[in-house]
Amino acid sequence: MGEEKKKLQLALYWAASCGGCDVAVLDVNEKILDIAAAADIRLWPIAMDYKYKDIEKWADGEIDVCLFNGAVRNSEQLHLARLLRQKSKVMVAFGACAAFGGIPGLANLHSRKTIFEAVYGYTASTVNPEGTTPQPTLKVPEGEVHLPDFFDDVYALHQVVPVEYFVPGCPPTPDTIMTAVNAIVTGNLPPVGSTIASNKSVCDDCKRKKSDKPKVEAFHRPQEIRIDPEICLLEQGLTCMGSATRGGCGALCPSVNMPCRGCYGPMPNSLDVGADALAAMTSIVDAGDEKTAREKAGALHDPLGTFYRFTLPVSMLRRAPKPVQGGGPPTL
Amino acid sequence: MSNAFEPRIVVLCCNWCTYAGADLAGTSRMKYAPNVRLVRVMCSGRIDPAFVLRAFQDGADGVLIAGCHPGDCHYINGNLKTMRRYPALETMVQQFGIEPHRLRLEWISAAEGDRFVEVVNEMTEQVRALGPLAWKQRSAVADLSGSPHAG
Repeated sequence: MGEEKKKLQLALYWAASCGGCDVAVLDVNEKILDIAAAADIRLWPIAMDYKYKDIEKWADGEIDVCLFNGAVRNSEQLHLARLLRQKSKVMVAFGACAAFGGIPGLANLHSRKTIFEAVYGYTASTVNPEGTTPQPTLKVPEGEVHLPDFFDDVYALHQVVPVEYFVPGCPPTPDTIMTAVNAIVTGNLPPVGSTIASNKSVCDDCKRKKSDKPKVEAFHRPQEIRIDPEICLLEQGLTCMGSATRGGCGALCPSVNMPCRGCYGPMPNSLDVGADALAAMTSIVDAGDEKTAREKAGALHDPLGTFYRFTLPVSMLRRAPKPVQGGGPPTL
Repeated sequence: MSNAFEPRIVVLCCNWCTYAGADLAGTSRMKYAPNVRLVRVMCSGRIDPAFVLRAFQDGADGVLIAGCHPGDCHYINGNLKTMRRYPALETMVQQFGIEPHRLRLEWISAAEGDRFVEVVNEMTEQVRALGPLAWKQRSAVADLSGSPHAG
């Protein structure tokens, strides 16, 4: 005793993310003061300026914990992931994008070429008559300038550097964040490789009434029906990912009539979250013959996007074969 | 030895109908394409969609799911669950860029050895025409984990 305990050295970083995970850290409200009291925040690009060389100057392992949010899909993000891994004792994949690839991970259905064709070519808001696309290097009179190299694939953090813990969610809920922070501050950490959330499904936390023999009469989108606030959303025909998704969020979305979108990722020991969700949702469709089954499944729009909304890069198939040619603008 | 492409087709079939149907084809000395690898499960309802994805991932050029005719399930309604799952699985597999003829669902009873032969031969030719799926090559992701700081 007597000796003042050294404060926890904390870094927060963002890669291919929307910023929501950083805002979620602020959503812990006044508890942010507890975090600030327990930790020195050494890096937090959303809140404080920094330069690469500041990070490079740190000693290896100088940072106790790095909360890394966002997927990795270009050379700058990869460089920072590797650099922060080197400087940090504990690396945490924070949020669905870092943990599973997240929404950006759906780009694994495309390639750099077809993404550039769309983004710099034919989206409704693109005006680019010269067909300019970003180049990693460009010679100008003053010298050579560089842009990060955009990859064909989107990676979850653990696919590029070793990761100690996973904190899922889009974004992680304040409770999930405080559980993680408390575990870190008290040193009461679970085994390496753990996901800091529940080991049960979202359904387990969901208070909606479920019948013993559930049935789906027809699939709907949430805006198409008047949703009963008491009854299981899947039984009302909404593509709720709850049964295939890890809990820990307190079933927040289903409690406000929004079907679970699967942001806490696969259940522990799941082979493939898409296969789990597909099996759970469609096995109970009320269809006694093939024709009816086909008609009713037709209303389940975009099964891949629904079942792998946050998890494509960590799924079994991981990506689609790289398209050599884009499909061109969608016809409406 | 010829280097011509020979499709590898994984048949996920139920113990009570389709496997017995395949057995009938064999004991009746019917000939069929040697391109199929049968995986027997107790009921087609046991076929997790993940089995199909794993087969494609691990090098199958086609996957045939086969079970008892609707109404004939040894377990009353296991095959109906397969029937309900199949349309969404088919769509999802196509969204992954896998051609329609590479995945097929058929009901083949223990008495339909000839039907088994017909389906296997037809599917083998369809997949042969498509060429190898070669999932691991076509969907290869560059390995970036070899960082100097990894480990």
